[in-house]
Amino acid sequence: MNRPGPVPTVLTYLWLGIAAVVLLFPVLLTVLGGFLPSNALLHQPPQLFDGDWTLENYRAAWRQPVVPLAPAFVNSLFVGLSVMLGHLITSCLAAYALVFMRSPLRRPIFWLFLATIMVPYESIVVPNALFIRSLGINDSRLSLILPFLATGFGVFMLRQAFAQFPRELREAAVIDGCGHLRFLVTILLPASRPALIGIAVWSFLQGWNMYFWPLIISSSNNSLNTLQTAVFALKDNEGGSPAVLLAGITITLVPTLLLVIFGQRWLVRGFTAGAVK
Amino acid sequence: MTAPTLLAASPAARTDRPPGRTRRAAAPARARETALGLLFALPGLAGLGIFVIFPLFQAVYLATRGNDILGNPTRSVGLAHFQELLTPEFGQVLWQTLVFTVLVVVPGVLLPLALAAPMTQRLPGMRVFRTAFALPFAYSVSAASVVWLIMLNPGISPVNWALGLLGVPAPNWTTEPGWAMATVVGVTVWMVSGFNLLVLAAGLAGVDEEVLEAARMDGATGPRQFVSIVLPMISPSLFFAVVTTTLAALQALGQVQIMTDGGPNGHTRTLVYSIFDNAFHNNNSNFGLASAQGLVLLVIGVLIAVVQFGVLERRVHYR
Repeated sequence: MNRPGPVPTVLTYLWLGIAAVVLLFPVLLTVLGGFLPSNALLHQPPQLFDGDWTLENYRAAWRQPVVPLAPAFVNSLFVGLSVMLGHLITSCLAAYALVFMRSPLRRPIFWLFLATIMVPYESIVVPNALFIRSLGINDSRLSLILPFLATGFGVFMLRQAFAQFPRELREAAVIDGCGHLRFLVTILLPASRPALIGIAVWSFLQGWNMYFWPLIISSSNNSLNTLQTAVFALKDNEGGSPAVLLAGITITLVPTLLLVIFGQRWLVRGFTAGAVK
Repeated sequence: MTAPTLLAASPAARTDRPPGRTRRAAAPARARETALGLLFALPGLAGLGIFVIFPLFQAVYLATRGNDILGNPTRSVGLAHFQELLTPEFGQVLWQTLVFTVLVVVPGVLLPLALAAPMTQRLPGMRVFRTAFALPFAYSVSAASVVWLIMLNPGISPVNWALGLLGVPAPNWTTEPGWAMATVVGVTVWMVSGFNLLVLAAGLAGVDEEVLEAARMDGATGPRQFVSIVLPMISPSLFFAVVTTTLAALQALGQVQIMTDGGPNGHTRTLVYSIFDNAFHNNNSNFGLASAQGLVLLVIGVLIAVVQFGVLERRVHYR
């Protein structure tokens, strides 16, 4: 914005620097702590730059028998990707219908989607859990994702994005004999890439970081632990040393840290487009 | 080739407004498009219908039932579960939920704002700061909770160490009644600050420099310029941050369950923790009461949304 004088510059860096130390110390502790020998970590304050870095904690975290991390990693990846794909497919189709198809049902359907955004998931978690139980699929991975394949929020965001597509171009495509599905896939989706990537990033984070639902589902079946419930189980395990815990947590954080560092501009663009307009 | 395409291809039908088509020719095309539109919306409608809308009705039904030891609904208990909501214990839960939400939303939006505002200056390193401050957003609730438990573990705690330098004795963060709530609130603020920083920084980046220049000419500088020019201009981002943070706080479970388990002595018991506790914790399986509390959560959520969209959004300036 404006170029400030030298004193505000010093103050700016001082303030941001102090805030960074306080707010990012937990991140530093997570990432470095997993590589520290226990005696360096179990020290007040932890000796983060001890020098004798080790991979032992990672080996211990990955191999510990209490909550095996390998299947949990697979489950988390499955949930993240399924939720992402489910959100993208259902939202694209619905948003397309809401923007480009003339129908007397357009308004009521839009309001229905919007209304589902207002329902806190925790309000309906009990009936959903009983329903999944009654379907008899609480031993399969399907139970981890089934309630989360559609999203009112994604429909809402994509509707905003699709509405910005020039109507004349769409009319021209129709005149040239382009059907709805072909128009959606070959023209509209490539043109809406920023919004799609934004939703993809958001949905993957939603799925990967989900906690309440996997906690319920995996409480009756350990093989359905995701990394997030595994972290909790690992913490509750008496033998879990902090260094091993931090190594385990770093494993759960790898994809999300990468997404936040490299995907943030997509995320923000998608969200602010939806929030501002 | 589809019917609407054929119609549009004939020059007579190529008018600006589709209602201009002759009624006889348009009717089947329109019926077709309506059907097709429904088909496109169907996967989303089905998913949300089965797992969001239907369960709402199911929750109302469950709230009036008792259940057997396996959790299957049994005879009607009328409004007994709702009567249980009128006890002082549940009043305390609601009060703590409110306190928790307010204490998370206010600093959870103001802190990122105080970080994002100075970052709008053209100074080297600001993008690095922005990415760094966004990092907590990567943490799942369980990762954040466990890391903070380690941060506050007396044998390690850099927080206690820093307090020691200042000569302040460290409290028992998660087990002292007065401190447990503050601890859970602090961790939640830390968690939401990353995302809110991204949202607010994007809003601030969109502020028009010419407007600021004009304001400066008129003598509005510094804090005054920020309050009367910048804040209104980023009000959509602020509003978005407030709404999403309110929802996140209202729905918080993991940090309470992992860090304090509702304790000590129920002092961090919030509404969602209570739902979890009644329904799933220790095989309590009191699904009726949990469903009734879920409905309370729904009503509170809708009320807050109505207030935020009805009152707050009126003051938001959309460009």
